[in-house]
Amino acid sequence: MTMRDVLFDPLLNKNPITFQVLGICSALAITNSLLSALVMGLSVTAVLAFSNMSISLIRHHLPASVRIIVQITIIASAVIIVDQLLKAFLPETARILSVYVGLIVTNCIVLGRAETFAMQNPVGRSVLDGIGNGLGFGMILIIVATIRELFGNGSLMGVSILPLVSNDGWYVPNEMLLLPPSAFFIIGFLVWVIRSWKPEQVEPADYPPIPNRATEAE
Amino acid sequence: MDNLFGIFLRSIFVENLALAFFLGMCTFLAVSKQIKTSLGLGLAVIVVLGISVPINNLLYNAFLREGALGWANLGAFDFSYLSLISFIAVIAAMVQILEMILSRYFPILHSNLGIFLPLLTVNCAILGASLFMVQRDYNFSESAVYGLGAGVGWALAIATLAGLREKMRYCDVPAGLQGLGITFITAGLISLAFMAMAGIEL
Repeated sequence: MTMRDVLFDPLLNKNPITFQVLGICSALAITNSLLSALVMGLSVTAVLAFSNMSISLIRHHLPASVRIIVQITIIASAVIIVDQLLKAFLPETARILSVYVGLIVTNCIVLGRAETFAMQNPVGRSVLDGIGNGLGFGMILIIVATIRELFGNGSLMGVSILPLVSNDGWYVPNEMLLLPPSAFFIIGFLVWVIRSWKPEQVEPADYPPIPNRATEAE
Repeated sequence: MDNLFGIFLRSIFVENLALAFFLGMCTFLAVSKQIKTSLGLGLAVIVVLGISVPINNLLYNAFLREGALGWANLGAFDFSYLSLISFIAVIAAMVQILEMILSRYFPILHSNLGIFLPLLTVNCAILGASLFMVQRDYNFSESAVYGLGAGVGWALAIATLAGLREKMRYCDVPAGLQGLGITFITAGLISLAFMAMAGIEL
């Protein structure tokens, strides 16, 4: 795998959300506005790059029996720094994101990449892998948030794009898009789109339907 | 008493961790293929949440909260920024202890839960409940009830999804939606049904 693949594979071919099924909690919860999705994507990218770098640096000195505790401690320290920075410089966004910044600690993306990639690869590649996965995660977040905020609230980044009926405009917002279930539907359909485009990602059916012999015989 | 019962019901139905706050989603989607395993996992989540949330509550109020260390003449310090790292340590320790107790006294349950037990450390539903406990300023008894209710709600949600996915084997799902995609849409429909309870004030 070249450096280029390490960086760009997680964007589409091995996207953390739609292919590896990692880090879904925050993808669903904070995507009702584009601003919080952007901040979340950047925070996760920063944490991933930092934790992948540190874990890759100490990978030869880490006994296998205590590695999870050490990894979690490194990740938690990175998340505390991000959390404090957000609270200091973007207090309003930090309030909207509430517990979800803290939950980056248990975001399986971070521990998953530390365990499967940073433990086996040199520092440079691990940092690139962290950035790539963070961007792949952020990309899905931004797509979902754009759909939800634009059609649910008629705005993007808080700026009104489609004037709402309640403000003497013409657009009747679909308020379901601001509610939690819509995120499930949007990501579900996004998975469908990506897998129709990249058929090699399709999972085999657990119970493939048996062809109807009666009609075939006719 | 009414208040405690209200918190219990609200944490199960209205503020369901899985379906309203999307916590513990990775396991929720990955381990819901069969009712049996999902019930075992649900049980483990109930136990770990029921223990770790009240313990974290004690820890937060006795050591981390602003001014909590007044008894040691350290009242001027605010250690609440350390809550993340101490909560995750408590959770990891609880899971480890629970695993030892189960393997010693309940070997059958232990072998049924298998790998899911250690993985509970990184289940965001567990950490999330502790963070919500801090955010909502629950006292000790409230946090005990909240932990238990949140666990029951999560277990209920994963059992429901597993039941639907077992029925799904009779359906001819389009190729691109097979597996992950249709599970997302099913979870969305369950979450939509749970939204009906959102307006209930308890």
